[in-house]
Amino acid sequence: MANVAVANEQYNYDIVRKFTIMTVVWGVLGMLAGVYIAAELAWPFLNFDNPALTFGRLRPVHTTLVIFGFGGSALFATSYYVVQRTCQVRLWGGKLANYTFWGWQLSVGIAAISYLLGYTQAREYAEMVWPIDLLIAVTWVIYLIVYVMTMVNRSQPHIYVANWFFIAFILATAILHIFNNMAVPVSMFSLSSYSLHAGVQDAMTQWWYGHNAVGFFLTAAFLGMMYYFIPKQAGRPVYSYRLSIIHFWALIFLYMWVGAHHLHWTALPDWTSTLAATFSILLLLPSWGGMINGIMTLSGAWDRLRNDPVVRFMIVSLSFYGMSTFEGPMMSLKSVNALSHYTDWTIGHVHSGALGWVAMISMGSLYHLIPRLWETKMYSEKLIFTHFWLATIGIVLYISSMWVAGIGQGLMLRAFDEYGNLAYTFIESVSFLHTPYVVRTLGGVFFLSGMIIMAYNVFMTIFKGRKEAAVLEAKLAAKLANA
Amino acid sequence: MIEWLTWFTSMENTKPFVLVLFFITFVGIILYVYTGKNRSERLESYKNIPLTDEDEQSTHPEEASK
Repeated sequence: MANVAVANEQYNYDIVRKFTIMTVVWGVLGMLAGVYIAAELAWPFLNFDNPALTFGRLRPVHTTLVIFGFGGSALFATSYYVVQRTCQVRLWGGKLANYTFWGWQLSVGIAAISYLLGYTQAREYAEMVWPIDLLIAVTWVIYLIVYVMTMVNRSQPHIYVANWFFIAFILATAILHIFNNMAVPVSMFSLSSYSLHAGVQDAMTQWWYGHNAVGFFLTAAFLGMMYYFIPKQAGRPVYSYRLSIIHFWALIFLYMWVGAHHLHWTALPDWTSTLAATFSILLLLPSWGGMINGIMTLSGAWDRLRNDPVVRFMIVSLSFYGMSTFEGPMMSLKSVNALSHYTDWTIGHVHSGALGWVAMISMGSLYHLIPRLWETKMYSEKLIFTHFWLATIGIVLYISSMWVAGIGQGLMLRAFDEYGNLAYTFIESVSFLHTPYVVRTLGGVFFLSGMIIMAYNVFMTIFKGRKEAAVLEAKLAAKLANA
Repeated sequence: MIEWLTWFTSMENTKPFVLVLFFITFVGIILYVYTGKNRSERLESYKNIPLTDEDEQSTHPEEASK
């Protein structure tokens, strides 16, 4: 444990601790908002005729808090930790790194409040109004500088592959954010703005951003997390380093082309749709290559799955990664998309990736990280096991109910009677959704309960770590006084 | 003198050109990564980087008690 204390001085763990705590805080709040809007869809009276509580306003609160609050803070925390540990150097720019913390938290917090008040630029996953976009752009550029400068100062000659994924994520997100949010404010003191793009080009830009947010923010970056934390927790190196190099270049090259598969059967040129679907199918190869690389890291040590709940989180996350990266290319086929688009199948697909992959790998990585940051053991391992099962059951309930909802909805909307009229009215498809929506809410409650247990376990660990540190300090002071 | 650059302004030229360029680059990366015994060994040795910074006794409750 003394060595951990040395590492605590050698590296900037303070910034990692701050982001770690906020990951847990945003996780609980974001998932709570998610469960509430899921319940609203099943029982609409929960709107209480209050505009701030309507689905339209709370939905971006949910997505922003979980993607940028929970996911973003987890990425800041782990990337700052990984770059220091693998480059064997202290994080560059102490104050600048600290700025990234406050800049990011402020952006997420103000964005959530602005949505509740009804301010949005109505771009999916980029609803923030223009002043918040500017704040994010500045914060992100500083993040890039801090990260690159830390790598420049490294003691380790080779840049470990996890950092490649992190740097690709930071660079791509900067480009995506800036181009997607190019807008002209209505006036200097107005929060409203006009997009610089128009018509189908605007839609293209939005989904070029939207899918690459999935590709680089929610995939590449979390793969960086995977390439460091799975080997560390398993205590063995990644299965194949050469495969990780191919995985990186193939993934980075292919992702940029696939955004248009969100716009099949629209005003988009047909060749653009086909191109996006083709690249989506190709994307299956690097995705599964990476998944196999991660899972095979445990080759010869499968018993760890029995007794280590953290390894369980990580391996199950890779299984969901594999499943959702199979489902995604399948849904990008135009014929499948004709059924699945505009239905809840899409929502189920997103959540199998977001809960199964992103949240599970983040939780596993945080359970690895937290004891090392606060120089203690986790408060309760049993609670980690409980969290694992609540999360897994929650995801299964969520995605299976959304498959039923989405496929049923798609079939009903496309059914014709013998005269060529629609077989079902729209309201019939809505009432069909009620039961799956109730099951989905239940799945969300399971997942949220797991997150609350994690928050309790994490904060108790932090208190325990502080208490142990205080006792140690008192003992040292007593020894010095006696000497 | 720079008239040859106009060739790139036609999408019919640039699209197949870029396709061939990217394909060759990707094949080049695969050949670089998977050929050469010494290079393969060197690349594979990098996978130990996360494990060379061991600084902690295990914080896993079961192992810590051993």
